Amino acid sequence: MLSEAEIQKIASLSNLSLTPEEVQKFQKELSGILSFFEQISEINTDGVIPTAQVTGLLDMTRADIPSEDSKADAILSCSKHPIREHQVTVPAIL
Amino acid sequence: MISTLLADLRSKKISAQDLVEQHLARITEKDADIGAFLYVNAEGARKRAKEMDASGDFSAPLAGIPMTLKDIIAVEGLQNTAGSKVLEGYTSPFSATVWKKLEAAGAILLGKVNTDEFTMGSSCENSAYHITKNPHDLTRVPGGSSGGSAAAVSAEMGVFSIGSDTGGSIRQPANFCGVVGIKPSYGRVSRSGCISYASSFDTIGPFAKTVEDAARVLSVMAGQDPLDATTPDIPVPQYAENISRDMKGKKIGLIKEFLAADGITEEIKSATLASAKELEKQGAILQEVSLPLTKYAVSTYYLLVKAEASTNMARYDGIRYGHSVSPTSLHELYKENRHFFGDEVKRAIMMGTYTLSAGYYDAYYVKAAKVRTLIRQEYEKTFEEVDALVAPVSPFPPFKIGEKIDDPLSMYLADIFTVTANLAGICGISVPTGFHNGLPTGVQILGKAFNEQQVFSIASALENR
Repeated sequence: MLSEAEIQKIASLSNLSLTPEEVQKFQKELSGILSFFEQISEINTDGVIPTAQVTGLLDMTRADIPSEDSKADAILSCSKHPIREHQVTVPAIL
Repeated sequence: MISTLLADLRSKKISAQDLVEQHLARITEKDADIGAFLYVNAEGARKRAKEMDASGDFSAPLAGIPMTLKDIIAVEGLQNTAGSKVLEGYTSPFSATVWKKLEAAGAILLGKVNTDEFTMGSSCENSAYHITKNPHDLTRVPGGSSGGSAAAVSAEMGVFSIGSDTGGSIRQPANFCGVVGIKPSYGRVSRSGCISYASSFDTIGPFAKTVEDAARVLSVMAGQDPLDATTPDIPVPQYAENISRDMKGKKIGLIKEFLAADGITEEIKSATLASAKELEKQGAILQEVSLPLTKYAVSTYYLLVKAEASTNMARYDGIRYGHSVSPTSLHELYKENRHFFGDEVKRAIMMGTYTLSAGYYDAYYVKAAKVRTLIRQEYEKTFEEVDALVAPVSPFPPFKIGEKIDDPLSMYLADIFTVTANLAGICGISVPTGFHNGLPTGVQILGKAFNEQQVFSIASALENR
């Protein structure tokens, strides 16, 4: 069973703020789900290579040439924050 | 049927504008009850139809055919909400590759349709906007996450629709709404411009009324895309023209563990067996196959998918898009925007964050990735013995709205028959086979990766019995 403190820690790592009710609800749900998922520990996976992707494709590259008009301004305009010199301004980190 | 409509458009028996108006009238008449649409593109569709009628050229493969897109597929200048309040007010600055291909082939966009938030769900009840209802019974769910696509096609609000399938999100709603839906092999269709759930599982595919229509649309959508590095350079056949209904000598597998799965209803089991018998009657050879890792499939799938989802959801930081806020700190900005996520997305983010964190990564994520290898190998071995598999799609028929929403684990477990195709990267098509107590029944045909032709042919044999 995950503790309330563990749920708070996971939420904080995920940049989510939870209400006390949500903490209780997710504590119960996630504990139940994860303990069920632990069934996979029964399987012997010694020497098995993990699958990260199924295509088998490696080192896919393409020529670095612009293929259409630059969408930079259109993409920047999706932000609600002030734009300065083609950059989104956000609160200072430090 | 697309071929009939194209013939009528080409012979000027009907105009593209007539066809669009018929569909818009149907949306007005039906969608207040069904709720498939998140956006109706009435003016855009009329404008495009008018241009097509003026040019008189209907030679393109989908010229003048009205259709819909799940609201995760970017169309320049239109909303792309993913069924989430996080993306409310966002307008796509570019178009997805699939939409560019469909548009170039002459398709006319009627609107964008509902989905569980960020495609996380199996009932469309997780949409932050509204619930979509099953056109065959308005008290029941249409399935999900592509419930809007399935409901729209079923209620004839568009000739076809494009959805996505990460663990059954095309096949299960198609099954619940009595339409055809194909989950192509991973990498067959470009994901560029489609909002991600779990990047090594996501596939994009069509819903239609008939197997032939779905085949026609997939031929337009599929193929290598320089904007998606997971699309191999494998030629795309003209699937519809190459459908062969000759089942003589075809080896069809029935999965022992699927038919003995916990919670499968007798009616679903007998519908699956009846479809297998039908194929046998047409000359196919039935064979029981065993996939012992089936019992671990849901756990393996959800551990990996939620891990991938937690990283994909990290981009919703409120900076590049999102709600306007006046934060005092960057941390506050993140939290204020991520507050808009619904419960299932929060569960995904937290589960993924936990299983990817130091101390748990090996036991959960890496272990599941290794089991994925074993599941893939089981399927590869099986396809050395049989040409395709016939299988149930959901353990139970469409359920009542609200019936299962409070029990996420039992909803996950219901995905047992669909998730293995995404773990293995193979293709699968959901095909309706009739009705039971007024609700649609059907099966899925699973085939080897990049052998969509095979599953189209077998599904067509079942459809045309």
